[in-house]
Amino acid sequence: MTAAATKSTAHSIVEASPRAKAFASGLVILYAVITILPLLWIVATAFKSQSDAIAYPPKVIFEPTLEGYVNLFTVRTRQTPDFIAKLPPPQTWYDKLVRQRDMVIAGPSKVVPRFVNSLIIGFGSTFLAVFLGTLAAYAFSRFRIPLADDLLFFILSTRMMPPVAVAIPIYLMYRQLNLTDTRLGMILLYTAVNVSLAVWLLKGFIDEIPREYEEAALVDGYTRLQALRKVVLPQAVTGIAATAIFCLIFSWNEYAFAVLLTSGEAQTMPPFIPFIIGEGGQDWPAVAAATTLFVVPIVMFTVLLRKHLLRGITFGAVRK
Amino acid sequence: MRRLGWLRSTAASVVVAAAALGGLGGGQAAAQGKQLTLCWAAWDPANALVELGKDFTKQSGIEMKYEFVPWTSYADRFLNELNSHGKLCDLIIGDSQWIGGAAENKWYVKLNDFFDKEHISMDDFVPATVVGYSQWPKNTPNYWALPAMADAVGWTYRKDWFARPEIQSAFKAKYGRDLAPPKTYDELKQIGEFFQGREIDGKKVYGAYIFTERGSEGITMGVTNVLYNYGFAYDNPKKPYQMQGIVNSADAAKGLEFYKELYKCCTAPGMTNAYMQEGLDAFKSGQVAMQMNWFAFFPGLYKDPNVGGDKIGFFVNPAGPKGHFTQLGGQGISVVATSDHKDDALAYIKWFAQPAVQQKWWQIGGYSALKAVVDAPDFPKSAAFAPQFLESMGIVKDFWAEPSYAQLLLDMQKRVHDYVVADKGTAQQALDLLVKDWTKVFKEQGKEVASQ
Amino acid sequence: MDTMTTILQPDHATIPGVSTPAKSRAARRVHGLSDRTIAWLFVAPTIALLLAINIFPLIWMIRLSFTNLNLSMSYLPLRFVGLDNFSDILNDEDVWFRLQTTAQFVISSVALQVVVGFGLALLINRQFRGHSFWTTIILLPMMLSPAVVGNFWTLLLQPQIGPFNYLISLFTGVPPSSFSMTGQVSLAPWTIVLVDTWMWAPYVMLICLAGLRSIPDYIYEAAEVDRASAWRQFWSITLPMTVPFLMLAVLFRAIENFKMFDMVNLLTSGGPGSTTELVSISLKRAAFEKWRTGYSSALAIILFVTVFGAANIYVKTLNKVKQR
Repeated sequence: MTAAATKSTAHSIVEASPRAKAFASGLVILYAVITILPLLWIVATAFKSQSDAIAYPPKVIFEPTLEGYVNLFTVRTRQTPDFIAKLPPPQTWYDKLVRQRDMVIAGPSKVVPRFVNSLIIGFGSTFLAVFLGTLAAYAFSRFRIPLADDLLFFILSTRMMPPVAVAIPIYLMYRQLNLTDTRLGMILLYTAVNVSLAVWLLKGFIDEIPREYEEAALVDGYTRLQALRKVVLPQAVTGIAATAIFCLIFSWNEYAFAVLLTSGEAQTMPPFIPFIIGEGGQDWPAVAAATTLFVVPIVMFTVLLRKHLLRGITFGAVRK
Repeated sequence: MRRLGWLRSTAASVVVAAAALGGLGGGQAAAQGKQLTLCWAAWDPANALVELGKDFTKQSGIEMKYEFVPWTSYADRFLNELNSHGKLCDLIIGDSQWIGGAAENKWYVKLNDFFDKEHISMDDFVPATVVGYSQWPKNTPNYWALPAMADAVGWTYRKDWFARPEIQSAFKAKYGRDLAPPKTYDELKQIGEFFQGREIDGKKVYGAYIFTERGSEGITMGVTNVLYNYGFAYDNPKKPYQMQGIVNSADAAKGLEFYKELYKCCTAPGMTNAYMQEGLDAFKSGQVAMQMNWFAFFPGLYKDPNVGGDKIGFFVNPAGPKGHFTQLGGQGISVVATSDHKDDALAYIKWFAQPAVQQKWWQIGGYSALKAVVDAPDFPKSAAFAPQFLESMGIVKDFWAEPSYAQLLLDMQKRVHDYVVADKGTAQQALDLLVKDWTKVFKEQGKEVASQ
Repeated sequence: MDTMTTILQPDHATIPGVSTPAKSRAARRVHGLSDRTIAWLFVAPTIALLLAINIFPLIWMIRLSFTNLNLSMSYLPLRFVGLDNFSDILNDEDVWFRLQTTAQFVISSVALQVVVGFGLALLINRQFRGHSFWTTIILLPMMLSPAVVGNFWTLLLQPQIGPFNYLISLFTGVPPSSFSMTGQVSLAPWTIVLVDTWMWAPYVMLICLAGLRSIPDYIYEAAEVDRASAWRQFWSITLPMTVPFLMLAVLFRAIENFKMFDMVNLLTSGGPGSTTELVSISLKRAAFEKWRTGYSSALAIILFVTVFGAANIYVKTLNKVKQR
């Protein structure tokens, strides 16, 4: 970095002057800070008590508590102080926390099953989409397929339709097939949406692998399938992993289909989180806790994916 | 090569995990014992029902599971579920207005035979709840639900603020009468204006909280409390579905104008899309002097450490120039026709209908509709809001319960919100448009709509 | 249709052609499946899935759009009503208002995102110390679930208990409770634009950054030799050379925002009144709350045609720009 800075004194337009850099860095950092504030507020709200979370006016400084997280994972019932006084002493720290609010834990909440749904549907559809996508992308990349361009456009166009519109016939179809509110139904649907992204991205990645490698393997007596498995796939593995993460992010964040086609058994986190209700109003600390936990994997993926991010969000159109 | 191995093992472990977590299908893992799922809204009474249901499990060995959804998504979510012939719910506590659609589309099991067999008589329940929650067609002995949760719109106020001498004298000086819970909407507006912007304990407070929510049913369930009392009706009592001049009468328009005035003069800024939850938040955080809300929440509010107990008072929806009514809430419990456990579900209803269970239901935070409970001589003394509840249940009116209710409701949501919150057009225009919308819906439903 | 693929594969030309030498093909047939079989075996499952989940339902929906089907009154006899649903929609003032609202939202949010995104890209391209860390921070919002975040924004924007109004009041002195971002007719349309920009300006930024980095240094060096001013360099080098990238970003953002449902539905649910009721929200109400399946199928088809038509026209223009 310091080397670059000294170089810039040589008045190169490509390398900005130190003053221009300072100006740029000031503005960008200001924007970044503003942009991150809402997220920080979410994280902070998760550590507030119910009344601090809806304090009027809002509180920036507050006494942190784990109530939000406890509320997220439990169902509680309000009891009279006499009843609580008669109970045996609390077993755990969270029992104690809940009893301070004149409540007792009645059981686990639905957040774990919903999180599991998100995992199963997310990973299931990602696996299927990447599997199908790799096969199709390889075929499109290496073989002459009649109407290839039209087929590719058709595959892409499925992504342009508003999900609410797509959901109308899917709803009727799933109702006939008993697929409404099933994980299988959601996996198939998300696979169908994701496969278009997978084909486009993977075709780009496979196009970049020199054909000579395969040719050599074929000459050595490998079959096409062996060459694909032993030569092409190992080369494409980074691309496949990046594609998989993009598919996962889509199914992880998806809301419209989930809210319209699931009600309980297969409900994922996005339609569930706004449903988290405390006594009376929305339980904001618990909502914030759920949001935080839900968002953490995505933040990690974003950092991991940085190199491929651009390619993913533009369907492979921009490759840098 | 190592990286490929990583990918493969990840994929494999995901598949194994998926299989281990109950398969990909419905995932309705048949537990060892019997199980019932009950669907309702996520609110305080639902927590009380969970508590109550433990007795049922003890007696029958049937385990109870629950699906509770917040009010703003409740109709949306469960009508979707019923329509998709899903198997999520065995029992459903469905909203009063669904009864027409549920009966016509055969989503619910008809309960007449079951009631006869188990000697459950609808005469034992409060009449308004039987008509409202159970019958379709209305006022005929065809029962599709057992009244489960009686409810209506009522009001809470800050008794402690009302009692302060300095506030009392200031009010008297301004309006020449004592500050007391309002009996009419004009009084309510005066009190609202009085508190609006007043500084209490160093905080700026507001007059009243009223429903304004746009997405589900909020503003309709709020505005009708005023409309009924200003002379609005859904149709001509002598000519069903004849709405012209009834829905959009000059009196009705005045009522709608009043609701807007109330919204403008006396509510906290930003309460533009607010329903039950926002009302509770506003009241609990000490922002408002008076709050419109459902009786269902009053047990919880009464127990609130900050604003409950001595600090909270309750009053019945105030009267208007043309009458005294309040909006009916509440639900009946029904058996879902596509359930695989109908007999167990009926057993639950049989258990729930017992007077002893109903008595306990009232004690722990639900609202029983059984006459034996609410007509008992000590009932008015059993809770701070019990007298107001009893009075309210005698003056309730409900929204349409037609199969097309959702369309009728969404049209009203739009027209009322457009006028009250978004400042579009006049009250008369809004109601004229509503008559047009509703006429179209009824025609689609195959009903004759007379224009005069 | 080819136009789309060309633009989406800008370096297509650099990839060797798809034809394979006849010699090796003959050699290959000796072991295992023939290439043709493999090609079809590989493409078929994807096509089959898309036929089952996309095309078949679409055809079904076209059929439904000519009926009076209403799922909340499915006991009524199903009637074919010809083009009644379509004429109902096209003659309905409200639908036009919804389309207008949607168009305003798409245009203003995309415009704002282009300005903010391009500006950020220019700044980040100066490669100051730590730029990559801050870029990652800026990128975060676009990776999150719009529904989950939209839900939380209702708290942030609540006039009495949310921090947003207090922050504004801190800088402007306006009393915090005096305005409501989601509740005022004059502010709500801008609120959804603002939250959408918060989420998606980084998207435009990322694409623009790629555009900026694709400009070879020597062009600037040549301009420097010609003593072109920085302003001149921006207008004659930087901007024209990033335009194809910008247009790509605009295309993707416009399609996504035309489809917008989740964030706005949770943030304003179309209110106040119908001020922010985008066409997707209307469609959801018609299809899944009013259950007017016939009517909403017709509306969905009209939307498909609109988005495909617009995307195609746009891509054609985009290709012309690229060819220049």
